[in-house]
Amino acid sequence: MKTSLNSTPSVRPCTPTPSHHQETFIQTERLSLRYGCKTAFCDVNLSIPVGCITALVGPSGCGKSSFLCCLNRLTDLIPCCQVSGKVRLGKLDILNPKIDPIALRRRVSLISQKPNPFPLSIWQNIALPLKEHGLRNREEIDRIVEQSLRDVGLWDEVKDRLKDSALALSGGQQQRLCIARALALKPEALLLDEPCSALDPISSSVVEDLIVSLKHHYTLLIVTHNLAQARRIADYVACFWVKDDSGQLIECGSAEQVFADPQSPITAAYVNGIRG
Amino acid sequence: MAKKKGVQKSEVRSQKSEVNFLPCSPASPASPSPHLPISPSPPPLSLLPTITVWAIALLVTATFAWIVGDIIWHGAGTISWEFLTTAPKNSGREGGIAPILVATGLILGVCLAVSLPLGIGTAILLAEFTPTDSWFGRLVRRSLDVLAGVPSIVFGLFGNVFFARTLGLGFSILSGGLTLACMVLPILIRSAEEGLRAVPNDYRLAAASLGLSRTTTLWQLLLPAAVPGLLVGLVLGIGRAMAETAALIFTSGYVDRMPQSLFDSGRALSIHIFDLSMNVSGGDTNAYGSALVLVVLLLLINGTAAQIADRWLHKF
Ligand SMILES: Nc1ncnc2c1ncn2[C@@H]1O[C@H](COP(=O)(O)OP(=O)(O)OP(=O)(O)O)[C@@H](O)[C@H]1O
Ligand SMILES: [Mg+2]
Repeated sequence: MKTSLNSTPSVRPCTPTPSHHQETFIQTERLSLRYGCKTAFCDVNLSIPVGCITALVGPSGCGKSSFLCCLNRLTDLIPCCQVSGKVRLGKLDILNPKIDPIALRRRVSLISQKPNPFPLSIWQNIALPLKEHGLRNREEIDRIVEQSLRDVGLWDEVKDRLKDSALALSGGQQQRLCIARALALKPEALLLDEPCSALDPISSSVVEDLIVSLKHHYTLLIVTHNLAQARRIADYVACFWVKDDSGQLIECGSAEQVFADPQSPITAAYVNGIRG
Repeated sequence: MAKKKGVQKSEVRSQKSEVNFLPCSPASPASPSPHLPISPSPPPLSLLPTITVWAIALLVTATFAWIVGDIIWHGAGTISWEFLTTAPKNSGREGGIAPILVATGLILGVCLAVSLPLGIGTAILLAEFTPTDSWFGRLVRRSLDVLAGVPSIVFGLFGNVFFARTLGLGFSILSGGLTLACMVLPILIRSAEEGLRAVPNDYRLAAASLGLSRTTTLWQLLLPAAVPGLLVGLVLGIGRAMAETAALIFTSGYVDRMPQSLFDSGRALSIHIFDLSMNVSGGDTNAYGSALVLVVLLLLINGTAAQIADRWLHKF
């Protein structure tokens, strides 16, 4: 299932691994996305390495969220949204309509920018997807619910009210519940769209530590506006920018390289806080 | 007056200027007050909308109260356990309404048993599986809106021709129920569809990104979230069905005997009221009694539905 970077010599993907050999989890080739006649981003060639944290940075509206949606075909649900190009997951081209999107989304889970818990109890929010994927044993479900809530630092806050509505939680708690819900399914990759944007510094650092601790078991792709956070946790950084009215990938590479020695002057200005 | 106050204030301020945090300039007595005067009552013209709204609200409530009051006034004396449990005698002038209640219940049952599954199914198809702007969706929606406005007498004639004659069901509870089902379907479908569309799209996206199938999403998330909308449609539908007279005259008939099966003719409450007050001299008392029963039934159904919707909304 996992292929090396060199498997597709025809296109030159922006390779964030200049030094050592690294397996690619997912790779996009000339990926473009349009909403009606508005291009969200175009011609993005990017490889996401296995078991690493890749941070996606860039100004608002440059297509980061849209890019994440392509990677697990959530774009199928958005009306008038056209995707072109290739997204390779192992040997599969996941944009192929024959691929089962449900199986894909189990492997690649997306946590959206806006917390979106279901209008069910806290417990059911996590248990419903578990049951859907065939887990019937009540004790096992309880164990996973507790474990995933502990992982996101929410267990102590909600352990006495697991039967209460998830909508009664605060915004930050909802966001962590959504992360817990995705973690409970044990996907291979997690796509996190600004997971800390609604959180206070303390829970933000809880989530940040969580993300770092997940790194060896999962492939993580995280969108963040917080460059300090990207600097702290990311192994690789990809920088998007709006050029000619559409988002483009202007630079990617290892975190040290992008922050210390950016190739593009725009990136340099952005990471040094001059623009964006 | 204003000048004097300003002077007094500035004196007070200067006296305790040590404790003042804000640098406040003493009001200059010469300059006019910068604030607009606040008149104690708003100008009369701006009251007009308020009065109009209140008047309309009062009018509506008063009309409702008058109708209900009138029915209770005339009908309350008739209501008794006897009245509800015995058969009508002497063309309904005496006796009760037991067979009529049973027939009404059966007609409503047939109507809902057919229209609810069909209505919710169509609503799901329209809201979840057809794009909003597709020609199919638009065609179905437009036809439903036209159908919802068709006079009930037309449904009655249709039911008479199609169910009673073509399908050979005759004047029967089944024909009546099926005709009513056709009548309430547009209402049910449209309100169920609105209910489903009102469910935030976030739920669908979240469910999809967790790999939930469309069936699970529908049953576990979308339909429960749409229940209040469905109930509104159900109440409107039941209201229309219970109140229906014209369509039933042609289909379920007049017979006021206790129905033995769905193929028997049965007299609905509204027809009973119509018959007593128009065709039977001296039937007014029992007509009022039956009307009271009908109104109470409708209010009960309304209240229960409102209660369920309320519970449901507060559950989550
Ligand atoms: N559902 C949609 N329909 C139409 N246009 C959309 C839709 N979603 C996003 N867009 C447009 O696509 C562009 C990229 O949006 P996107 O949400 O991907 O940006 P982003 O980089 O995630 O921004 P932010 O950092 O503010 O979240 C924007 O110009 C936006 O207006
Ligand atoms: Mg975004």
